[in-house]
Amino acid sequence: MLSASRRLWQASPLTYVALVLAVAMSVFPIYWMFVVATRTNDTINNVPPSLLPGGELTTNAGRVLANDHAAFLYGLVNSVVVSVAVTVSVVFFSSLAGFAFAKLRFRGRGPLLMVIVGTMMVPVQLGIIPLYMLMVKLGWNGQLQAVIVPFLVTGFGVFMMRQYASQAVADELIEAARVDGCSTFRVFWNVVMPALRPAAAVLGLLTFMQTWNEFLWPFAVLDPDTPTVQLSLSLLATAYYTDYSQVFAATAMATLPLLAVFVLFGRQIIGGIMEGAVKA
Amino acid sequence: MSLRTAPAAPPPQAPVGEPPAPGRPARYRLARWDLKYSPYLYIAPFFLLFGAFGAYPLVYTAWVSLHDWNLIGSSSFVGLDNYRALMVDADFWNAVVNTMGIFVIATVPQMVLALALANLLNRGMRARTLFRMGVLVPNVTSVAAVGIVFGQLFGRDFGLVNYLLGLFGVDRVDWQANTWSSWIAIATMVDWRWTGYNALIFLAAMQAIPRDLYESAAIDGASRGRQFWSITIPMLRPTIIFAVIISTIGGLQLFTEPLLFGNGRILGGSLRQFQTVAMYMYENAFQRFNYGYGSAVAWTLFMLIALMCAVNYLLVRRSAR
Repeated sequence: MLSASRRLWQASPLTYVALVLAVAMSVFPIYWMFVVATRTNDTINNVPPSLLPGGELTTNAGRVLANDHAAFLYGLVNSVVVSVAVTVSVVFFSSLAGFAFAKLRFRGRGPLLMVIVGTMMVPVQLGIIPLYMLMVKLGWNGQLQAVIVPFLVTGFGVFMMRQYASQAVADELIEAARVDGCSTFRVFWNVVMPALRPAAAVLGLLTFMQTWNEFLWPFAVLDPDTPTVQLSLSLLATAYYTDYSQVFAATAMATLPLLAVFVLFGRQIIGGIMEGAVKA
Repeated sequence: MSLRTAPAAPPPQAPVGEPPAPGRPARYRLARWDLKYSPYLYIAPFFLLFGAFGAYPLVYTAWVSLHDWNLIGSSSFVGLDNYRALMVDADFWNAVVNTMGIFVIATVPQMVLALALANLLNRGMRARTLFRMGVLVPNVTSVAAVGIVFGQLFGRDFGLVNYLLGLFGVDRVDWQANTWSSWIAIATMVDWRWTGYNALIFLAAMQAIPRDLYESAAIDGASRGRQFWSITIPMLRPTIIFAVIISTIGGLQLFTEPLLFGNGRILGGSLRQFQTVAMYMYENAFQRFNYGYGSAVAWTLFMLIALMCAVNYLLVRRSAR
């Protein structure tokens, strides 16, 4: 019986073929991005198309960096600043709030948690017009804090950390620390936070990738002379849309940091997405 | 373990059992306060930020939409005039039709493919993580990059898609120029980016299904396909509803893919053939600086999303029963 049920769950050669095909289709556009980035515009338009990388990557990358219109390097630096600031803050404040919801008793805990889960469903992006007006009033339009401050803590983050904290931290541990005279913040910082590290890492990775890729709000509130890297990309793609080798070199450079993160931490990212799915 | 590495707690000034030292009541009261009120302090950042930058702008959108509100900041109350204008605005309805069309031709194949992919991944196999990473990698790519790369792949003269079609004797398609072809191109981008992600969500739910359900079904002689339809799909119903709702919320706000597919022009093609509602909102608010009208578009889209979520919820609940 065991062998029969195990055979039921083994992948057949056909499964492998189908999966290899699916992966090929997933990877190809990214591969193509790098192919075009390494060629001259003339050879991109070859018929039949050339599917192998050429040797023009440094030339194309150099043209991107020298392009004042897109301020690509500046956009790259801005994106690093924005993504790191948002990530650090989201991880800290989400862990803190998640700890409170999982381990501290206070009036209104259940309903407030429901509110947080509910906010995850709200398309806040539709509020960008008053949000923009607010930024103008604060004098933040065109400045990086406009794309940082509104995102310093997210409902998703709080909920995720709450779910993890409630099963990863033993109540006895917290009780013991409290008996020793720890304040709730000391309990959080010295007892809970170390235990939350795996979930915090996943939340950090997901937040970093999402912030790096954000488009509509930076597009609305930032100026072309203070771009994020996605904005630089769109400026370049809009103004030079026939110059594929330059645009694709920029796209490749903007995607490379994320691909590096993904290759290094793919297992954790997949684990985070799948765990979140079961709980949701 | 972590306790041991923690700095020592403040030295107990009054050992248990002794009469409280003079400093003790204050400390005790402080600890009570800490326990009672600090939770609110810890959750406050989220509620403050969400209130100021999420909820307030969204609600205020409704207020702005009742005004003739322009760049200089002068505004006059006009009641429902913006909405009345919207109802007879051909460009708005065009955007609604485009958004819904792209949403449907993106979401239906995406859910089917994601389910099939999850079913394939839900087996014992070699290089499991590698396959999972392979199908997720599109989701890591930025939307802007997707728009740019697919814009080229779907190019009229030198695009790879037309080249491949040409091998089968199909004439070149001017993907951008026609309504249907541009919808298909944009839906392809959305599906490319999200199918693998949804497959992993479905896979997680599939793995939570108890295996003995399948084993007893196998004993009863149910085929693989039969098991998929009679066990997997019904057990996955909550997850499918969740995925469809999330896709609805995201899909109806579609903006970046069509924008960059059209080389960054907000009109979405020369005849607005692929302008979405989010693009139309942006056009009115940030290019014509008509905040009131743009807000009316935003608020109508908000209601449309709520309506579509309800409709999809009912549809999926019924069809997956």
